[in-house]
Amino acid sequence: MPRISINGVAHDIDADPQMPLLWVIRDILGMTGTKFGCGVGACGACTVHIDGSATRSCMTALADVAGHEVTTIEGLSADGSHPVQQAWVAHNVPQCGYCQAGQIMQAADLMKQTPNPSEQQIIDAMSGNICRCGTYQRIRAAITAATDLHASTQSSSKAR
Amino acid sequence: MTHIINLSRRDLLKAGAGVSALVLGMHAGLREFPVAQAAEGASFEPNVYLGIDETGLVTIVAHRSEMGTGIRTGLPMVLADELEADWSRVKVLQANGDPKYGDQNTDGSRSMRQFYQTMRVAGATARQMLEDAAALTWHVDPNECHARNHAVVHTPTGRQLPFGDLVKLAAGLPVPSDDHISLHFKSPQARRYVGKPVPIVDLHDIVRGQAKYGIDTVLPGMKYASIERCPVYGGKVRSFDSKAALAVPGVEQVVEVPATPAPSGFNPLGGIAVIANSTWAAQQGRLQLKIDWDFGANAGYDTTSYRKELEATAQKAGRVVRAEGDVDGALQSAAKRVSADYFVPHYSHAPMEVPAAAARVENSKCEVWAPSQNPQGARTTVADVLSLKESDVTIHTTLLGGAFGRKSKHDFIAEAAWLAQKIGAPVKVTWTREDDIQHDYFHAICAQHIEAGLDGNGAATAWLHRTVFPPIEATFQPSVTYGTAGELQQGFMDVPYAIANVRCENGPAQNHVRIGWYRSVFNVPHAFAVCSFADELAAAAGRDPVEYLRELIGPARIIDLRAIGVDYPNYGAPLDQYPIDTARLHGVLDLAVANSGWGEALPQRHGRGVAVHRSFLTYVAVVAHVAIGNDGQIAIPRIDMAVDCGLVVNPDRVRSQFEGAAIMAISNALYSNITAKDGRIEQSNFTDYDVARTDITPETHVHIVESSAPPAGVGEPGVPPTAPAICNAIFAATGKRIRALPIDPSELKST
Ligand code: FES
Ligand code: FES
Repeated sequence: MPRISINGVAHDIDADPQMPLLWVIRDILGMTGTKFGCGVGACGACTVHIDGSATRSCMTALADVAGHEVTTIEGLSADGSHPVQQAWVAHNVPQCGYCQAGQIMQAADLMKQTPNPSEQQIIDAMSGNICRCGTYQRIRAAITAATDLHASTQSSSKAR
Repeated sequence: MTHIINLSRRDLLKAGAGVSALVLGMHAGLREFPVAQAAEGASFEPNVYLGIDETGLVTIVAHRSEMGTGIRTGLPMVLADELEADWSRVKVLQANGDPKYGDQNTDGSRSMRQFYQTMRVAGATARQMLEDAAALTWHVDPNECHARNHAVVHTPTGRQLPFGDLVKLAAGLPVPSDDHISLHFKSPQARRYVGKPVPIVDLHDIVRGQAKYGIDTVLPGMKYASIERCPVYGGKVRSFDSKAALAVPGVEQVVEVPATPAPSGFNPLGGIAVIANSTWAAQQGRLQLKIDWDFGANAGYDTTSYRKELEATAQKAGRVVRAEGDVDGALQSAAKRVSADYFVPHYSHAPMEVPAAAARVENSKCEVWAPSQNPQGARTTVADVLSLKESDVTIHTTLLGGAFGRKSKHDFIAEAAWLAQKIGAPVKVTWTREDDIQHDYFHAICAQHIEAGLDGNGAATAWLHRTVFPPIEATFQPSVTYGTAGELQQGFMDVPYAIANVRCENGPAQNHVRIGWYRSVFNVPHAFAVCSFADELAAAAGRDPVEYLRELIGPARIIDLRAIGVDYPNYGAPLDQYPIDTARLHGVLDLAVANSGWGEALPQRHGRGVAVHRSFLTYVAVVAHVAIGNDGQIAIPRIDMAVDCGLVVNPDRVRSQFEGAAIMAISNALYSNITAKDGRIEQSNFTDYDVARTDITPETHVHIVESSAPPAGVGEPGVPPTAPAICNAIFAATGKRIRALPIDPSELKST
């Protein structure tokens, strides 16, 4: 029985090892923050972090995450205080909100890998995430703001 | 007219034990004004509720569906503002589908228009009752008592009583009548929330992954279903073999869902449902089904040949829906004649949340949880399909993960309910993206022909426009081939140009797939053709497009189409309050132009294009700036949108709707295309049904006209003028005219 760790909690999952992590999270563990959008890796709605890297959970088999650490939107921060979540709130990014968990997880990964992304780096990192409502303008602004926020908290903690 | 009834003793908002509450229900059209005492046990059908409990918590029921427009925040803002409530102490409760709330069909960009006044009346009524209660407590003149931020203040002395303390007394008071003498509204200057950017109530839940959509519904003992439907519309199962499907681990049963013959309306298409213990197992089981289909009458549907048919029809005289002057004579005597043919394909809504619903049937009562734009309509369909009484069907409206018109069709909801009844267990039906794209209620494919005559100065003297499309009505009624007035009003019969001779004709077309309304509906093809053709006329006249457009719109005036015999519905709104006002077209055009850098020099293969259009009673002008690579690749560095939608309740949500409309219009213009061959849709997922992504996103500037005109549509009107503005910009950049969507970049290569 594959054992996986989600948001720091270990679960033994009794399911087809080929079942995509997305459906394990949603149907077996009942955590619905991670969304289904396409099932083929084309929309980013299902994005989670595996060992810290943004990954499409619809394309990741349960068997492949055994022994790895999965973070979902519910585990990104305890209280919505991750700089990306804060920037999303400050820019009123969501419309329907459905794609936003995936967008936020993708953006959080970008910020970690590339603390000061250029416009083109933001585009490259975020082009796999579809928002049918069309919140891209605000997502871009929020990411820029979040990286600034992140940079300023880092430099102030360094100063201390 | 809205009437209000005091429901305090009816316990409708279930306040906590021992907490009394002032509860108001409103009913449109009720003749009497029962006072609180009389209200007890009285029978009426209120359409919206406001509750205030003794702790001061204000509960406002949102009866319209939230699909991303922000209406679940906007309407409560209006009420809370008139109430003088502290927004941080307001809780929004989503209504079930029930006629007692009045119209809940959240489509047509009309929630704010239809319920702004209702919400104001609700808030003002409650505020006044609280003020009266304070006056009674203090033994003072009610005119000296004014609600201020969740408390009533006695102005001469500064004494205050919080709302919560006044609830008990207020609940027993007579309800002031809505006659504008007894009921006082706040002055515009005193508005606390209306006109201010207020964050949506679900914002924090969304960013933490806590917001619940229909697809997120989990019921105790729930099964998961995935349904294989006939690839051709109107087809049905001849026979099927479920052995291999049943052998898939997790699959529990395979059930045939009866087919609804075309036109299938809102009923399930039918097919073979696999029931399993997870979505994945159900989907895997489906792959193992062997089904012999009877494809039926639409098995020959081919959009390539169908397009040719539509285009041929558009060359012939059609049914006349608007006629002024002598178009044929004016065309004959014109100094110059211009004509063009336009084509817009089928689109699929593809909201990010696929159609999904969960249902439970117990003791002949059905409960459904669904992302429905029209929960009352869903209730009717479910009751019909399950042969239950409507009163035995409850529709819980969840958040909608996008909708764009798709989720005002209840087929997917009825599927869940039917399966729950059939298998005797709660069940959730989740469509795959392939299901969604291939079995949508598609946006109508449309061919158009326009001809104009110009005089020696280039001014237009004649306008002949023909539109041909399979009508939406054909999804519901057999043999409907012509558009209804409701469809033809959308950017076609209402062309607002100052041309003496005008004729608009509609040709017949047979449908072969389910046709449905898709954000902005027929304004999408019509604005594309009309706003592109205006630009073609400017070019033919050798004029600047903006100057030419100003002359085409002509003098500031009210266009009264009914006076010239046109059956013009005006989106169901009264013409005296919402006329076609060309001054407002000019207003948005001037605003967009002034902010867009129109006329300033641009690099080679860059261009600006303009379009102006009224839809859903709102006026929008768009200036698009494009840059075309030598390889034909399109970039859109900037879009300026000017909007006059009358009174603005939440400017931030107006902006976000227009930003989003720009993106959806870019999808329509550049990427999306549904085609059919042998009756089957050729696209399947976001891999081959392309939509706009962040790389094409323009810097988007939304300029809002300050207005005290009655509120008009916001969700849809940004879409129609954006695609033609882009196409006109491409002409400015390259000299190539775009007359068919989606744009083919290979035609834009530099030679
Ligand atoms: S659902 Fe995984 S990428 Fe779309
Ligand atoms: S906010 Fe609706 S899909 Fe992105």
